[in-house]
Amino acid sequence: MYNFDVEKPTSIADAVAALASDDEAQALGGGQTLIPTLKQRLASPSKLVSLSGVAEMQGVSTDGGVVSIGGATPHGVVAAEVAQSYPALAALAGNIGDPAVRNRGTIGGSLANNDPAACYPAAALASGATIVTNGREIAADDYFDGLFTTVLEEGEIVTQVRLPVPEAANYQKFVQPASRFALVGVFVAKFADGVRVAVTGASEDGVFRWSEAEAALSANFSADALDGLSVAADGMMADIHGSKAYRAHLIGVLTKRAVAAAA
Amino acid sequence: MPKDTGIGASPKRREDVRFLTGTGNYTDDINLNGQAYVHFLRSDMAHARINSIDTAAASAMPGVVRIFTGADFEGVGGIPCGWQITDKHGEAMQEPAHPVLAQGKARYVGDAIAAVVADTAEQARDAAEAIELDMEELPAVIDMKAAVQEGATKVHDDLTSNLCYDWGFVEENKPAVEEAFANAAHVTTLELVNNRLVANPMEPRVAVGDFNRATGDSTLYTTSQNPHVIRLLMGAFVLGIPEHKLRVIAPDVGGGFGTKIFHYAEEAFCTFAAKALNRAVKWTSSRSEAFISDAHGRDHVSTIQLALDADNNFTALRTDTYANMGAYLSTFAPSVPTWLHGTLMAGNYKTPLIYVNVKAVFTNTVPVDAYRGAGRPEATYQLERVIDKAARELGVDPVALRRQNFITEFPYATPVAVEYDTGDYNATMDKLEEIADISGFAARRAASEAKGKVRGLGVNCYIEACGIAPSNLVGQLGARAGLYESATVRVNATGGLVVMTGSHSHGQGHETSFPQVIAEMIGIDESMVEIVHGDTANTPMGMGTYGSRSLAVGGSAMVRATEKIIAKAKKIAAHILEASDADIELKDGQFSVAGTDKSLAWGDVTLAAYVPHNYPLEDIEPGLEETAFYDPANFTYPSGAYACEVELDPETGKVSIERFAAADDFGNVVNPMIVEGQVHGGIGQGIGQALLEAAVYNDEGQLLSASYMDYAMPRADDLPFYQVDHSCQTPCTHNPLGVKGCGEAGAIGSPPAVVNAVVDALQSMGKDITHVDMPLSPARVWSAMHE
Repeated sequence: MYNFDVEKPTSIADAVAALASDDEAQALGGGQTLIPTLKQRLASPSKLVSLSGVAEMQGVSTDGGVVSIGGATPHGVVAAEVAQSYPALAALAGNIGDPAVRNRGTIGGSLANNDPAACYPAAALASGATIVTNGREIAADDYFDGLFTTVLEEGEIVTQVRLPVPEAANYQKFVQPASRFALVGVFVAKFADGVRVAVTGASEDGVFRWSEAEAALSANFSADALDGLSVAADGMMADIHGSKAYRAHLIGVLTKRAVAAAA
Repeated sequence: MPKDTGIGASPKRREDVRFLTGTGNYTDDINLNGQAYVHFLRSDMAHARINSIDTAAASAMPGVVRIFTGADFEGVGGIPCGWQITDKHGEAMQEPAHPVLAQGKARYVGDAIAAVVADTAEQARDAAEAIELDMEELPAVIDMKAAVQEGATKVHDDLTSNLCYDWGFVEENKPAVEEAFANAAHVTTLELVNNRLVANPMEPRVAVGDFNRATGDSTLYTTSQNPHVIRLLMGAFVLGIPEHKLRVIAPDVGGGFGTKIFHYAEEAFCTFAAKALNRAVKWTSSRSEAFISDAHGRDHVSTIQLALDADNNFTALRTDTYANMGAYLSTFAPSVPTWLHGTLMAGNYKTPLIYVNVKAVFTNTVPVDAYRGAGRPEATYQLERVIDKAARELGVDPVALRRQNFITEFPYATPVAVEYDTGDYNATMDKLEEIADISGFAARRAASEAKGKVRGLGVNCYIEACGIAPSNLVGQLGARAGLYESATVRVNATGGLVVMTGSHSHGQGHETSFPQVIAEMIGIDESMVEIVHGDTANTPMGMGTYGSRSLAVGGSAMVRATEKIIAKAKKIAAHILEASDADIELKDGQFSVAGTDKSLAWGDVTLAAYVPHNYPLEDIEPGLEETAFYDPANFTYPSGAYACEVELDPETGKVSIERFAAADDFGNVVNPMIVEGQVHGGIGQGIGQALLEAAVYNDEGQLLSASYMDYAMPRADDLPFYQVDHSCQTPCTHNPLGVKGCGEAGAIGSPPAVVNAVVDALQSMGKDITHVDMPLSPARVWSAMHE
């Protein structure tokens, strides 16, 4: 990697100030994407502002049917803390990467990076989460903006994620054999006012909601309700691990399985 | 009762104490006083003309010692190839020059263009980025069949084409084979790809070159499976250093799997630069670099045809293979698709007529060479897949078809130039049917169906030629080296032994199993025997470890040397006991005179050898140290039968291995635990090839699977618990231990079992699918189901 400075602030305000002081500074969550990128010399920030020392960004609380997770909370902590309150989310968090990744990687880092094959974006979008930053609150529906892109401004930090807990939910992840990221991942969340279905890993535009499935499932929350529905292969990603058609097919299979598991 | 010591016992691996507690001494642990570090600037284009390399700015950067380019190696030798193939017209193969650093052109992504030596590794890497390259990209040749078309872009301008050789084996058999096909009652044809693999040993390659200005001696520390061969090739062909002025040390090596057999340019560079700079030079490969600089494995495209008569007897076999050599010839690359592949095409079957054609092709890809099994997996895969397809076409049981055609009488001379000494293929198949519980398959299939899954069963056999190899034979076949092995057994005065072996252990457990043999021969405790390997200064000339040869060849040399030791020790004992040599018996570490109660302990005799006060000095020299070289009379022929059961998810195409059984005949077994471990590891790699692993290039010659994000290595949860058995033992008839070798069997025998099982599952769904190319990823299986 190239040389860089490191700062480790202890408050959100100091972290924001540290990022603002340097155009080339970059926030560091758990570093599970950023550190390998640096090691390959594919990025050259002048300064890393580590968020792991910010106490107010750590931890999980549940209140009024909403799970609130500090942006710097590692996946492993989420998996343990929401096991009772939001089991589908706990299962998702507990199946990201391996134990080393789960002990370092954070929800804020994952959502800020918005890898098109990451798991958390599907949970946030299907849950209708609110992404809280140092300056504002952003609805998940407005937050994701394509591959590795969000509406976050320069220097803006994901400080908290609030996820309304559905009546029923399930996440089905079909792994890419090498990376074990999601080749396709589908998160189904049933709320009193309707069903939300979010798909990761598949689309050229990143995580998205499958609205036809949502409509069908809102009327009839059963796997049979999805019969005859399919996602067009156009717009899906293709690589050595799966064609567009295969990814589109998997969306249907996994959505049915998620509904069957949640119902 | 299992033994607790000696041959047949399973003592825990003594080397694991240091491997598992972080106290091993790997090449990267070696740091020499004042050493500099080299970073190789590698081509990011598959084929490009190097117009100019401007190192001026880079040379001025902090810490830079010197920047080398191809120009620095003009007049220096190139990386040699250790095997010359003669083609079907009697012509020698085309053999391109292989410079240490690229000269004129870069020929694959990863080809080293410049080498920056600096005080630190980071400084070297920084400076490499500052080198200004003027490169003109040329069309890349990636597809083998396109590469040999008329007018194809040439990888090497000075060769006549991209065809390295067109090999026919046995050429004289060809008309008879064609006639047999013309007369066949049934012909089964199968086209298949043996996927390109990256070996991925846990330890990436490292080289440290050192030069002593006072003595003029060069030393290379390297991650090698065969330090003597590196010394010979690098000294004689590249750098012109006589062997007595060059020492090669391969200390603890963290896995090889073939890719650490070969002499690499980085080794020659570090040795060369250390002398040029009068300073030690170290290179440590990153994992990313390993993907584009370690020799790859496999990469064959084949068409195989099997002819049968009306009674389902195999009457003839022919195969046409395109074998990828990559951009340059790696050390043993030409031998892999020919003598390690063509000679095994008979398999376990008495097919009377066989013709093998292999076209070896240059492409703009990483060089391809031996990887666990080396040629034998490619032969086995073709043969066992085409037999399976034939059985399905004929509507007969695949196991019964195999049994019907088994070789049952030994020795057996195949039509492809080798003679199997022993084997009992029905016995291993019987054992397989038992341990795999083949008779219970139907019930398990029903249980899978009940949960919406489709179950398939695949069975196959394999045979391999190990214990490589008789030197006179391989010399006739084009090897430029002998393939004997050596051992020096040094007995110390107080009775302990040090065995200096030319074999090299990089995970095989020699330090544990070799002492078991010697301890048994003498009747002493294994802890009294120490193994020394991996240093050309301390061990006799050896050819290294690969081809499952170390116990069969290196162990035999050790036995021969120990026999000399025992013979001499008996002479000493006879003198002291005042008896005749012929009356001395050695048992449980005691020398005794037959028919008397006179005896001497092992330690009394060894002490006498070094304190020769009462000693037959007029007849024998003091001391107790003997060397033996062993050159085998034949290959060894391990064989076996494997079975795999898969469960297929029809909705996603995902295959999971539910059961895997292996019945192997390795002849005699020294350490059953180590043997089982070798089989487990081999099957793991075979399942990796069958389901997961693929080195994939795009049309521009970029390696798409160049990291673990895209190259799928098998993980523990991809693999089942194995049922393995090696109780069927037909000992090798021509080495003193009766051993055959076990290191590669799992990787050879398992891929066809997996693919046969998946095809069985697909056909049981009513799908007209006769083949799916490896790796059988979910996407590929699903695509096959929906084509």
